[in-house]
Amino acid sequence: MQNMNAGIVSYGVYVPRYRITPAEIGQVWGVDGAAMGQGLNIERKSVPAPDEDTITISTEALRVALLRAKIDPQEIGALYVGSESHPYAVKPTATIVAHAVGATPHLTAADYEFACKAGTAAIQTCLGLVRSEMIRYGVAIGTDTSQGAPGDALEYSASAGGGALVIGRENVIATVNHTVSYTTDTPDFWRREGQRYPSHGGRFTGEPAYFRHVSECAKSMFQAAGTTTKDYTHVVFHQPNGKFPRRIGTQLGFTDDQMKYGMVTPRIGNTYSAAALIGLANVLDHAKPGERILVVGYGSGAGSDAFDLTVTDALAGYNRSIGLPVQFFLDGGVELSYSVYAKFRGKIDMGEA
Amino acid sequence: MTIARFWRETPRRYNLGGSRCSVCTTVYFPPRTVCPTCTAHRQSLGKMEPFQLSGEGEVVTFSIVHEPAEGFEMQVPYALAIVKAVEGPLLTGQVVNVVPEEVKIGLKVHATFRKLREEGAAGVIHYGYKFAPKEEAGTGPRAGREAEPAPTPALSPDPSRARA
Ligand SMILES: [Zn+2]
Repeated sequence: MQNMNAGIVSYGVYVPRYRITPAEIGQVWGVDGAAMGQGLNIERKSVPAPDEDTITISTEALRVALLRAKIDPQEIGALYVGSESHPYAVKPTATIVAHAVGATPHLTAADYEFACKAGTAAIQTCLGLVRSEMIRYGVAIGTDTSQGAPGDALEYSASAGGGALVIGRENVIATVNHTVSYTTDTPDFWRREGQRYPSHGGRFTGEPAYFRHVSECAKSMFQAAGTTTKDYTHVVFHQPNGKFPRRIGTQLGFTDDQMKYGMVTPRIGNTYSAAALIGLANVLDHAKPGERILVVGYGSGAGSDAFDLTVTDALAGYNRSIGLPVQFFLDGGVELSYSVYAKFRGKIDMGEA
Repeated sequence: MTIARFWRETPRRYNLGGSRCSVCTTVYFPPRTVCPTCTAHRQSLGKMEPFQLSGEGEVVTFSIVHEPAEGFEMQVPYALAIVKAVEGPLLTGQVVNVVPEEVKIGLKVHATFRKLREEGAAGVIHYGYKFAPKEEAGTGPRAGREAEPAPTPALSPDPSRARA
């Protein structure tokens, strides 16, 4: 079946320019932030400028993706933005992003929410639409500008970034061979309507949540695809910190070499819905035709989506030099003091109601 | 600005939608319905076509704003520049992703998509273009780079800097 060769036609990433270190955060709260950062395997996290949000970050990432594959935005039939930090409670992020890249009005668009896996859920929707030939190109974006409450453990990791994938049937640079999911009702992390910062179940976020879902989802992928860890050149996990993905990877039997390009959180923090997509983008920045990639996302609440991909020969004709490689965002950045960070993130009371 | 007026301007604010005269190929931003270069001959009537700027350009002049416009308090001091697009038109916009000291005449920039203004915490959010220094892979901002003096672009040995 020709349509089963659908997959990634192009990709783009954007990470805001500013960074803050765990040590800088810790000294405000009387905590050894450097040690905290080491424990989480997070060296720094990205911070959006005051004029950046999920809409602007998504737009920047998608513009790069469209340029790289010279895609006419009018050929986009569906656009989904997965995030837990949509700027509006009511009014879609997707409509503004679609307009900003010139994709309106003849497309379907919607926002997705599923904690950190809303972006991977969007990929699955696009795959369905592309394989059934309802659309030519589908766009799946995962972007967040997440915040932890001041002083909370999450404040050391929650960062900002976005990844955009164009899914199609022609000139596919990475075919999606299989996708499977694993979903349960697990209250590990949540935010009630109207609450500014999320709540989490503390230690409950580890074993029964992240580890169980990622591991079960990966195992069902091995079964569905008839693969073992050895079949994959690269593996990408959702990465709420730099510690969890390494541990699950080792548990499943992956080597550091298989994990190295997929790990981006230590240098930019937890970009939530974007984390797995930016990890995948970094893998694609380095990948060669024929290599196989396993991606396992995770979203609290809880669920995992896994993708088994094969890089194709079309990669040779794909222009990865347009826009910036993920490595640029991992290396680059300008460090902020906590006070400027607090100002940028609206944590200073300006006396407004 | 009213929501309706802003909404009517979204094609140019979001996408740098201008116009081009199909007779003499001059590009205009904001878009025009008649070409001033050709009007004497009325050649351009009905010959103006929509044209999207690439967003690439360079700073021709700028000022550093210390007294912010409403809504820009968090970003002071910031650079407001006139940018000459590679297609020709001059555009005004804020330069972001840079410390003001690094903004120079001749600085190569590209358009970025940013929040322009919010109408309070409950109102609509306006988006549009700003400019950012054109980063090449491998020459981008490194941690701590802002502490070092920036290299001066060849085009501007002596940038005259206006202080607002
Ligand atoms: Zn003309």
